[in-house]
Amino acid sequence: MPVLEVKNIEKHFGATRVLEDISFNLEKGQALAIIGSSGSGKTTLLRCLNFLETPDRGQILVNGETLFDAADPATQREAEVRRKRLHFGLVFQSFNLFPQYTALQNVTLAKELLAKEQPDYKARKKEIHAAIEAEGRELLARMGLADRANHYPHQLSGGQQQRVAIARALALHPDILCFDEPTSALDPELTGEVLKVIRSLAEQKTTMIIVTHEMAFARDVADQIIFMDGGVIVEQGPAHDVIERPKQERTRQFLARYAQER
Amino acid sequence: MLLSVTLTLLEGLGATLKLFALTLLFALPLGLVIALGAMSRLTPLRWFVSMVVWVVRGTPLMIQILIIFYGPGLLFDLPLLPRFGAALLSFVINYACYFSEIYRGGIQSIPRGQYEAGEVLGMTRSQIFFKVTLLQVIKRIVPPMGNEFITLVKDTALVRVISVYEIIWMGESYIKKGMIWPLFYTAVFYLVVNGILTLLFRWAEKKLDYFR
Repeated sequence: MPVLEVKNIEKHFGATRVLEDISFNLEKGQALAIIGSSGSGKTTLLRCLNFLETPDRGQILVNGETLFDAADPATQREAEVRRKRLHFGLVFQSFNLFPQYTALQNVTLAKELLAKEQPDYKARKKEIHAAIEAEGRELLARMGLADRANHYPHQLSGGQQQRVAIARALALHPDILCFDEPTSALDPELTGEVLKVIRSLAEQKTTMIIVTHEMAFARDVADQIIFMDGGVIVEQGPAHDVIERPKQERTRQFLARYAQER
Repeated sequence: MLLSVTLTLLEGLGATLKLFALTLLFALPLGLVIALGAMSRLTPLRWFVSMVVWVVRGTPLMIQILIIFYGPGLLFDLPLLPRFGAALLSFVINYACYFSEIYRGGIQSIPRGQYEAGEVLGMTRSQIFFKVTLLQVIKRIVPPMGNEFITLVKDTALVRVISVYEIIWMGESYIKKGMIWPLFYTAVFYLVVNGILTLLFRWAEKKLDYFR
């Protein structure tokens, strides 16, 4: 059974249709890259998965459970949405770290807040906090930031900030980790360190959806690629095939245009 | 002479500071309520609140004091409010409206990404407000609040229009006796109070300087 099933998602902004009949599956441990030009709907799709936008139509299932059904308002109640969105993690293009917290606090904050809802929180407070902090430090170490745990975001480079953001998303152990153009806000010399981290996550079989403009990276790291244009999925298939032997004319044009710009 | 003037002015300063402190006590929270109203999703409420803020900020505080003190009696035959109470009420309404605009500006200057980051991490609305945005808002509103506090100290002198005695009234009383220096002395009291406020706000800004 796929970990994620997206069925017939449709989304309008006013009169503009930004997503049309989007359907795909994602298997556990696989990385899916979504490519396409700006305005093709990639980011909106990710935002729908993370409940930052509400699709007008369609369903989203995780591990066979219907998390969202546009036809069933009961699936859209705020209190439940909060729990459901924890199936997904999201790394933003602009990092969105919390500026008043250190790197470590950014990673542990949400987990600490969730821990307070545990029934045995009061009795095991110290133990729980120690465990959360240890895990936070370990995540930062995995991101190559062990020595930056006590730095505030403004003291970190863009690449470092984005790696903190990745650690922050991983801390809640999402079933599916989503990246929204994770390197687009970075100087070219800083993209490498972020891509390297994502690559290592892929090697560790983290289930991921990556919206990206880095074609070579998508080809090498993703298992599947979806090419979107004008709010529809034009082509999807194994990563190498889509990049090296695209079947659709629109995909070919996009890739050719992209190769020229490089 | 110096001692007697000092004691008289200190008495006036007491009234001034009492009005200052009580205005802050009530206007700071009321301002937040007004700010939330001005940002409400309910359009009629938003309009109503914006209208009130516009009127209060657009008319002189002195008129508001006079209307609140004399209005109930002249319009509705109600008993007058105590003078100090009427003065305090006018100040609270007036300053709450100014504070509300500062709060609103501060809250709206927080990038949407901060809220969204909190949301995707499973935080509740109140957790996002208290744990993520509040301190960022405070950092942004400290400088404009400092201005308002200092203006408030000086505005308290307006209450003389309904014969509430404060420090300038006391200082001025010596003019009849042919003395001008107590008025300069009064100004020194203001400078000291506002100097302390300036230092406090500078300290707060510095405290919040550890993040951007």
